[in-house]
Amino acid sequence: MSKRKVRIATTSLAGCFGCHMSLLDIDERIVDLMAIAEFDRSPLNDKKTFTRRCDIGLVEGGCCNEDNVHVLKEFRKNCDVLVAVGQCAIMGGLPVMRNAIMHSEDPLRECLDEAYTTSKVLNPSKQIPNDPALPLILDKVYTCAQVVKIDYQIPGCPPSGDTLWAALTALIKNEEPTLDYALIKFD
Amino acid sequence: MSDKDHLTLNIDGQKITAKRGQTLMQACDAAGVYIPRLCDSEGLEPQGSCRVCSVKLNGRVVAACTQPVVANAHIESETEEINRYRKDLVSMLFHEGNHLCPICEASGRCELQAMAYRLGISQAAPHPYLEPVRPVDASHPDIALDNNRCILCGRCIRASRDVDGKHVFEYIGRGIHKRIGVNADCLAETDASIDDHAMSLEVCPVGCIIRKREGFFAPVGERLYDTEVIGRDIETQQPHHHSLHKIEVKQIDPADFPPFNKDDNGDTV
Ligand code: SF4
Ligand code: SF4
Ligand code: SF4
Ligand code: FES
Repeated sequence: MSKRKVRIATTSLAGCFGCHMSLLDIDERIVDLMAIAEFDRSPLNDKKTFTRRCDIGLVEGGCCNEDNVHVLKEFRKNCDVLVAVGQCAIMGGLPVMRNAIMHSEDPLRECLDEAYTTSKVLNPSKQIPNDPALPLILDKVYTCAQVVKIDYQIPGCPPSGDTLWAALTALIKNEEPTLDYALIKFD
Repeated sequence: MSDKDHLTLNIDGQKITAKRGQTLMQACDAAGVYIPRLCDSEGLEPQGSCRVCSVKLNGRVVAACTQPVVANAHIESETEEINRYRKDLVSMLFHEGNHLCPICEASGRCELQAMAYRLGISQAAPHPYLEPVRPVDASHPDIALDNNRCILCGRCIRASRDVDGKHVFEYIGRGIHKRIGVNADCLAETDASIDDHAMSLEVCPVGCIIRKREGFFAPVGERLYDTEVIGRDIETQQPHHHSLHKIEVKQIDPADFPPFNKDDNGDTV
């Protein structure tokens, strides 16, 4: 019986999808990757749920709403190794800028007002989106490690294709994903 | 060589000659041996506060920037133990402030970030992000202060006091509440000027002192530390690949172009 393929799941929480786009920057190496790995739950194949337990979970983005927390917990439950990919997942990234208004008495209100009511951005109704289908926004942005245990992190905004490749191949080989100097970037 | 004015140091097995009266850091710099540092900057009085320059001198940990050279010095610098201390110190600085590198205009030329790269900090530190609430002072017409990125190195204090002869900056508060203050209610009310040495790009190692309207002048790939490791200039005694400063590009005068002589079909007219 041949060895089974490594199962990888990916998700984008409060991220911009740049980290997923960067994964595609491994270019033709994706052929080598698909020879040894298969994707389970991932926006890359549009699978919305886990079909079985995965070896590696790649998480882009931190948590800014309750759905992000729910998905992140599912990933922790279903993945042996959980990796925070990119600055958003690691330290909140761009969305975490809203935590800077935490000095306010009512930070979330101030954030929403700034975005929808008082700002000069065109929003004629001045309404704050409140559809029941929308996940509730959290009081502030949380990093992945503040919500679940994270095993490794791959820095960058986004990490380059080469960085992702180096880290991913190490993880597939069951090695520590140490990155060479040229591959460590925080932006 | 050992005489009245000189002595020999042994650093990581390499013998270098130092002048008496030099600090370990000065002697190593002159010999092309780089010791990581953050609060020390050429031309400013050393202050010995960040401890990133920690080395072992005859078995004891000392700050290389303030420690004078001594006879029979056996120094350990690039060892696993010392680099582990340095890694911890640098990653704690990231966790103590609010360092959002993707939106920071110092990114790529920031000494804190470059030091993290040099030390190979890629995995999570065991420390929580403290996410302090710190003010931004954008009152001055030419300068902004984003305290979220301040690492309290004190370089601005020494530059303003000792080079500019002003006292724009000072430490206020203690312990975890210690921060940089200005000697008025806000920067605009001080005698700070964009031409002060304290406001130059050499002084603030991070993106706290911001020169307005100058940010992001160097594209990614051409920033100071995009192509070289911090300390390479000392190790190789060669200048940096890229400038810390904006290089004035000569504007092209449209009159210098030859007249456009093709019609819509690409035929010469
Ligand atoms: S780390 Fe950067 S590229 Fe990745 S999701 Fe966040 S903003 Fe996008
Ligand atoms: S000051 Fe340096 S470490 Fe801090 S956010 Fe800016 S680039 Fe990153
Ligand atoms: S403002 Fe810059 S130079 Fe001054 S203490 Fe903070 S980091 Fe150092
Ligand atoms: S450089 Fe020596 S203590 Fe900071």
